[in-house]
Amino acid sequence: MADKIPTDGVAYWKANVRLILISLVIWALVSFGFGILLRPALSGISVGGTDLGFWFAQQGSILVFLGLIFFYAWRMNKLDRQFGVDEE
Amino acid sequence: MDQTTINIIFVGASFALYIGIAIWARAGSTSDFYAAGRGVHPVTNGMATAADWMSAASFISMAGLIAFTGYDNSTYLMGWTGGYVLLALLLAPYLRKFGKYTVSEFIGDRFYSPTARLVAVICLIVASVTYVIGQMTGVGVAFGRFLEVSNTTGLLIGAVVVFAYAVFGGMKGVTYTQVAQYCVLIMAYTIPAIFISLQLTGNPIPALGLFGEHQASGQPLLERLDQIVTELGFSEYTAHNGDTFNMLLFTLSLMIGTAGLPHVIMRFFTVPRVADARWSAGWALVFIALLYLTAPAVGAMARLNITELFWPEGTNGQAVSVEQIAEDPAYDWMATWQQTGLLGWEDKNGDGRIQFYNDADADMQARAEAEGWNGNELTNFNRDILVLANPEIANLPGWVIGLVAAGGLAAALSTAAGLLLAISSAVSHDLVKGRFAPEISEKGELLSARIAMAVSIVVATYLGLNPPGFAAQTVALAFGLAAASIFPALMMGIFSTKINNRGAVAGMLAGLIVTLVYIFLHKGWFFIPDTNSFTDADPLLGTIKSTSFGAVGAVVNFVTAYVVSAMTKPVPQEIRELVESVRVPRGAGTAQDH
Repeated sequence: MADKIPTDGVAYWKANVRLILISLVIWALVSFGFGILLRPALSGISVGGTDLGFWFAQQGSILVFLGLIFFYAWRMNKLDRQFGVDEE
Repeated sequence: MDQTTINIIFVGASFALYIGIAIWARAGSTSDFYAAGRGVHPVTNGMATAADWMSAASFISMAGLIAFTGYDNSTYLMGWTGGYVLLALLLAPYLRKFGKYTVSEFIGDRFYSPTARLVAVICLIVASVTYVIGQMTGVGVAFGRFLEVSNTTGLLIGAVVVFAYAVFGGMKGVTYTQVAQYCVLIMAYTIPAIFISLQLTGNPIPALGLFGEHQASGQPLLERLDQIVTELGFSEYTAHNGDTFNMLLFTLSLMIGTAGLPHVIMRFFTVPRVADARWSAGWALVFIALLYLTAPAVGAMARLNITELFWPEGTNGQAVSVEQIAEDPAYDWMATWQQTGLLGWEDKNGDGRIQFYNDADADMQARAEAEGWNGNELTNFNRDILVLANPEIANLPGWVIGLVAAGGLAAALSTAAGLLLAISSAVSHDLVKGRFAPEISEKGELLSARIAMAVSIVVATYLGLNPPGFAAQTVALAFGLAAASIFPALMMGIFSTKINNRGAVAGMLAGLIVTLVYIFLHKGWFFIPDTNSFTDADPLLGTIKSTSFGAVGAVVNFVTAYVVSAMTKPVPQEIRELVESVRVPRGAGTAQDH
């Protein structure tokens, strides 16, 4: 391997893992949470003939997944530059 | 012009396009063949990934699965998209940085173990072969229905087309054909959905129409649907009826399985940089979401249309008459699909009308008694015909039907090509070069990859023509293997420096074996009928169905790998350095020309 591991590699990896954990909490919250387990708790909020949980299960979770992946890509590509580990 | 001619024009034009691309994008090197020269733009790769991922199951079956079950089958929507979050955050960028050609190669190098590589290759080939059978039979069915040729002829035409662009173009040819196939399949899926959404709700966007107003009744569409299906004794469309724990586990298994499917992962080897791999996963989900956000609308609207066709006076009035089915053009689709054996009805009580209702429901039994019905008379409605018959059910113009024919074929062919590529790279790169002939030249390896591809197509075609009786069951097997063996091994390889060679092999085998045994206990040993000890209606462990077991297998894999690694020799220093280097993007360019 030609590349050197930068001295702040540990901090970079920690920041990455933290970002992944936050993203996965949101990932689980919208699908397993709002879409399934918390659906009864959200049943008071009606959306077009049904409730918010149904919307999350069939539409909302997918939209949040999309937002998460793009947010992660943007944030990580920025972190790469901050820590000087981006590809030249 | 009759419908078959229109269909032939649409399918013929799309095939000519794929062949044209094949001639333009020939592979000149192993890097072209395995990874399209690592020069694919992230958006292009996203589109190709979407076509690769969306199979005959997504295109043809998913809306039907949702239509006839309702909310409970939202699991497919969340599971098959949520996996991309795992792929984007946990696997794709690091595997791109690693910069090799196959998933098993990473496992072999990271766990410094040819055995680990071999176990991964076996899982990869079994998962991909079982998956490809379904695609090939799908090609045959679509041809048979739309082009009025026999299933066999249809399958052979499909195989020749895949042969043309996959054998000569490898990953490069497959990538650019998949882009074209994505365009065909997404148009074929959304155009009829837009028409139907406009007809029912006046909203041109199906995903919004689903939560809009049903214009004919003035009620919200989903409320209307809940009302008419419950009036016929079926369970409420938007209600949760199944077991919650199994629903959670099934969703999780689909997510982990999606992230672990090798033919999807290897698409991320084709982009130039690590940053591109991150963006590309997002673009893949954008293109997938266009179909997945539309599918629940297609399902709900089709269920409403079909129910209303059988009860033209409303669910409390008279059912549709046999003469009307025979004479009214709105019911022509029924005769066409009856010929395929996928749709059937029978006037059991001889009253000249076809009553479609849930005859297992107590209230409906009382009504049936009062009105002299003799059971549900829509005796057969295969849910797979829903998307293909949808344009006819909604009375859309002939060209829309031609487009749907081309779209169904595009979905099946693009996935088949991706799977065949995964199989042939594993054979030529992991087995031929990795094990039997390490000294093979670049030219020799390229030739062996082409031969492996040709042989895989012949085998897949044979299995498509003579599908083993268990073909329908095997998708669960493919997802189970990917979830229980491949995904955990990859994730631990990147996120832990403690897992060693023995831990990885023991983990993969443990995950694989418990998952296989659990599936076989419920579906029969090697899928031989009547050799099962349990059924999914009454499973061995609580409410966990065999299709939901992949996530449990993954946990077994993780735990076994940690325990065995803790008890055996620690990971050598050079492997720790390999893991450190995979974690940072810098240097991905140099890894390109290894």
